[in-house]
Amino acid sequence: MKVLVPVKRVVDYNVKVRVKSDQTGVDIANVKMSMNPFDEIAVEEATRLKEKGVATEVVAVSCGVTQCQETLRTAMAIGADRAALVQTDAELQPLAVAKLLKAVTEKEQAQLVILGKQAIDDDANQTGQMLAALLGWPQATFASKIEIEGDSAKVTREVDGGLETISVKLPAIITTDLRLNEPRYVTLPNIMKAKKKQLDTFTPEDLGVDVTPRIKTLKVSEPPARKAGITVPDVATLVDKLKNEAKVI
Amino acid sequence: MTILVIAEHDNAELKAATLNTVAAAAKIGGDIHVLVAGSGAQAVADQAAKVAGVSAVLLADAPQLADSLAENVAEQVIAVAGNYSHILFPATASGKNVAPRVAAKLDVAQISDIIAVESADVFQRPIYAGNAIATVECADAKKVITVRTTAFDAVAAEGGSAAVQNVEAVADSGLSSFVGRDVAKSDRPELTAASIIVSGGRGMGSAENFKILDPLADKLGAALGASRAAVDAGYAPNDWQVGQTGKIVAPQLYVAIGISGAIQHLAGMKDSKVIVAINKDAEAPIFGVADYGLVADLFTAVPELVGAL
Repeated sequence: MKVLVPVKRVVDYNVKVRVKSDQTGVDIANVKMSMNPFDEIAVEEATRLKEKGVATEVVAVSCGVTQCQETLRTAMAIGADRAALVQTDAELQPLAVAKLLKAVTEKEQAQLVILGKQAIDDDANQTGQMLAALLGWPQATFASKIEIEGDSAKVTREVDGGLETISVKLPAIITTDLRLNEPRYVTLPNIMKAKKKQLDTFTPEDLGVDVTPRIKTLKVSEPPARKAGITVPDVATLVDKLKNEAKVI
Repeated sequence: MTILVIAEHDNAELKAATLNTVAAAAKIGGDIHVLVAGSGAQAVADQAAKVAGVSAVLLADAPQLADSLAENVAEQVIAVAGNYSHILFPATASGKNVAPRVAAKLDVAQISDIIAVESADVFQRPIYAGNAIATVECADAKKVITVRTTAFDAVAAEGGSAAVQNVEAVADSGLSSFVGRDVAKSDRPELTAASIIVSGGRGMGSAENFKILDPLADKLGAALGASRAAVDAGYAPNDWQVGQTGKIVAPQLYVAIGISGAIQHLAGMKDSKVIVAINKDAEAPIFGVADYGLVADLFTAVPELVGAL
C-alpha cells in the first residue's frame, strides 16, 4: 500500500507573528519556517506503517514555493521514501491545494493519504476533508489511533466530549490530531540520507489544476488587546475582587 | 437570500452551538432554515422549530444519519443545498468534519471559524492562533461557513414556530461505518458552554495532583479544562484541551492554574470575560492576559481558594 503524506511549510509554531503595518498580511520575511506540526505527526505515522510492513512506500508532497523543498527533505529525514513538490509562487487556498493533491494522489495511485488536521498558519482545517470529497473517498479526521485491518482502516477520532471510533474503507483520507504519535527526533545521518532521496517537481499547470484563489483577503489586523490586569497579593483579595469588582462569582 | 444552518445534535437534543450559529445567520440576514440530519431525531427538529428566527426546519431521518458520518451527512446537505446562498455549520468537531466536504463537492471555498459578519460576503476570521484577524471576501455563489460559536451570542431557544418538513434521506455511502463512542460522563457543565472554567496546566505535575481542581470546580459550578501540555503529559483527557487546536472557549470566568500561557493556549481562551491566573512563575506569559494574577504555589493557593469561596 502506497501512502501519500502532504506537508505544509508554515511559520514555526514558536514564532509570534506580527501584522504588517499596511494590513496586507503578517510579516513572514526572515521568520523561521518549519513543517506544520500536524503534518510531522502524519509523516511519523506513515513511516511507522512502513516499518510495520503495512505501507510499501511513503511519498511526501508539498505545494508552494521552492523553499518547500526543505520541508520535504525533513519529511524524508523522518522516513518518507521520496517526495514531490508542486511548485508555485501563487497564493494557494485549501480548495486549490486539495485539487493539486487529488491530481498527485491519482498519479501516484496512493491507497491512503495521511495529513495534518489543520495548518497552524491559516487554521482552516479543510484540506483533508476537501481531498476526500474530490476523490470520493471516505475520511477519518482528527485521528488519535489508526489500525489498518485488511481493506479498511479502524480510526479512533478526537471529538467533542471524548473519542469515537469509525471504520473507513480503503482507499481513504486520514487527518491527524496531536495524540496520534510523537514524531521521532531526526538524526544527522538521516538528514544526510534524505538529501540523496528523489524529489520531483511539477507545476499546477503540469497537473492541469486552476489554483485561482476564491477568497480575497481585504485586510489583516491586530486582534483587540486585553487591558492589562493587576496582581493580587493573596487569595482573600482575589476572592474579594471576583465577588465585588468583576462580579463573576 | 435564504441561509441553511446545519444543526448540532445527538438525535435527542439540539445542542447550544446551533443557537450561536443561527445568531451568525441572523447577522447575515434573510430567511433561516435549519437542517436536522439524524436518526430518530424528531424531537431535535421540534426543538429547532422553536428557535427564535428560524422559519423552516428540514428533517432528514434515517439510520445511516445516526452517527454523523461525514460521507452521509455531506451528501444530505448537498441534496438540500439547492437555493441556499449560505450554508452555516458550527465550528464543532462535527461541523469542521463535514463542512469542507460539502464545500469541495460544490466546488466553492469554505470560510472557517468566522468571528464577525461584515456583510453577506465579507467575514472576519482569526488566523495564526488568533494573533491576527483576517477580513475576507468570498465571491463564490454559495458560501460554506463554519462559525466560531463563542463569537456570537446565542439566539433564544424558544419563541419561534417554524414548520418541520421531512426531506428524503440520502442513501448510505457504504464507505464508512460507526464502531463506537467513548464519551466521558460528567456532571459538570460542557466545556464550550460553561460560564466558569477551571483549567490546569503542566504545573499541576501529575494526573493525581490534577484532582485538587475538582473541589474548586465543584464550588464554582465550573467545567474543567487543561492546556495542551497537561493533556500531552496525561494529566487530563484530550477533550479537555483548550487552545488553538483544541476547544475555543469564552466563559464569564476562566481560572488558569499552573498554566504558563503559550500563544496556542491563549488562542483558545483570551476572549473570556474575566481571566484569573495562578502561577508561581511571575514571568509566565499568562499574566499578560490575566485580569487578576496571583503569584503563588498552586498547591497552597487552590485549597485556600476553595476554603474562601
